[in-house]
Amino acid sequence: MPEVQRVPIKVKVNGKSYELAVEPRMLLVEMIREDLDLTGTHIGCDTTYCGACTVLFNGLPVKSCTMFAVQADGAEITTVEGLEKDGHLHPLQEAFVNQHGLQCGYCTPGMLMSGAYLLSKHPHPSEQEIRKGIAGNTCRCTGYQNIFKAIETAAKG
Amino acid sequence: MFPRSFNYHRASSLREAATMLGQLGSEARALAGGQSLIPLMKLRFANPAHLVDLNFIKDTSYIRAEGDVVRFGPMTRHAEIENSDLRTRLPIVHDCAAGIADVQVRNRGTIGGSVAEADPSGDWATTLLTLNTEVRCISARGERTVALQNFITDAYTTVLAPDELVSEIDVKMPPKNSGGCYLAFKRCAPVYASAAVAVQLRMEDGQCRDAAIYLGCVGLTPVRATSAEGELRGQSINPDTIIKAADAARSAADPQPDMRGSADYKRSLVAGLLKRAIDVAARRARGERVEVSHIYA
Repeated sequence: MPEVQRVPIKVKVNGKSYELAVEPRMLLVEMIREDLDLTGTHIGCDTTYCGACTVLFNGLPVKSCTMFAVQADGAEITTVEGLEKDGHLHPLQEAFVNQHGLQCGYCTPGMLMSGAYLLSKHPHPSEQEIRKGIAGNTCRCTGYQNIFKAIETAAKG
Repeated sequence: MFPRSFNYHRASSLREAATMLGQLGSEARALAGGQSLIPLMKLRFANPAHLVDLNFIKDTSYIRAEGDVVRFGPMTRHAEIENSDLRTRLPIVHDCAAGIADVQVRNRGTIGGSVAEADPSGDWATTLLTLNTEVRCISARGERTVALQNFITDAYTTVLAPDELVSEIDVKMPPKNSGGCYLAFKRCAPVYASAAVAVQLRMEDGQCRDAAIYLGCVGLTPVRATSAEGELRGQSINPDTIIKAADAARSAADPQPDMRGSADYKRSLVAGLLKRAIDVAARRARGERVEVSHIYA
């Protein structure tokens, strides 16, 4: 067996700094789940389609199954665990609870990350902006209606 | 899903990246936004032994207007183009950028990567071919500039040498009284389009002086619909000429039947999209502000 390359990286996840040595082919989502034990981020389709693995990479939503961990060197990442502050859920998380914005919950971490980013960019999004904002996140249970409602509710504050 | 093992290399300049690709040989690939390459590697359709990461190279992500040329850095993300002032200055480019896949993919995918990948279902080449576009390329041997219509030679194939990279994409602003439009139809956001059309018109005294029409996803490379262009040139843009151009485009398309639809369906789709796109391009040429993007459910 040839020696496996390991690349040292420094990464900040949810405000906490980590130093790791990763195999180049390790996907960012695997590093988050396996090395950092942050299992809130889900692996859904694993083919750049469903968005369950969405995290914020330097503030922007990306599909963490479609990046290598080694590319996160020097980056700041926010996962769904990073949404709550001081023991209080993010307003969007509260809205998901109150509006029944989930059924099985599998897509929810990705929906929350895309939704939170949308609200940070458009605090009062139109229905069209909401639809476009979460177009990269697939839900097979809800029919999306209550997810829209939750985002609208969070926007109203 | 994990790709096969590979060695990772980080370049600090495009020239260094090109040199690395030359030294590492034919098993090396450049990693730009990775939104095509990484899925291919996970499916093990692509198994490079070495990846040269371009994402840490500074000053490769920009949109610069110089005279009547707009210069795109090769690593400019689709989202940066979507959110730029090209929305009003060159709306066809916004049509394309704002509709590619979804928010997440647009934050990673790059214009240079898309053009160099030459995927028959890619959006950028079809759009940029209707404009006067040049691709600047760099290798350890030097630089060269290739017109986009000579750059893509076949599906997934360009004139780039294995140790050569796209260093810039230069788009000439169309003359005044011009209008363009890119429209693609896809079944949902994250997938490739089923069919796409790009139109660029120059109008004068109510008549179309110049027309460029390319069809996407219906051939191994974007298809130039010269007969459709001929139906518009020298004519006024009205329902009659639009239908003639759409019928010509239906014949020009050379689609493959696949999971996105039969060949007949895609020909009809091209004709329908072209009718809308010509209308939008003509209105934009008159100075109207019209917002369009990819169409999906």
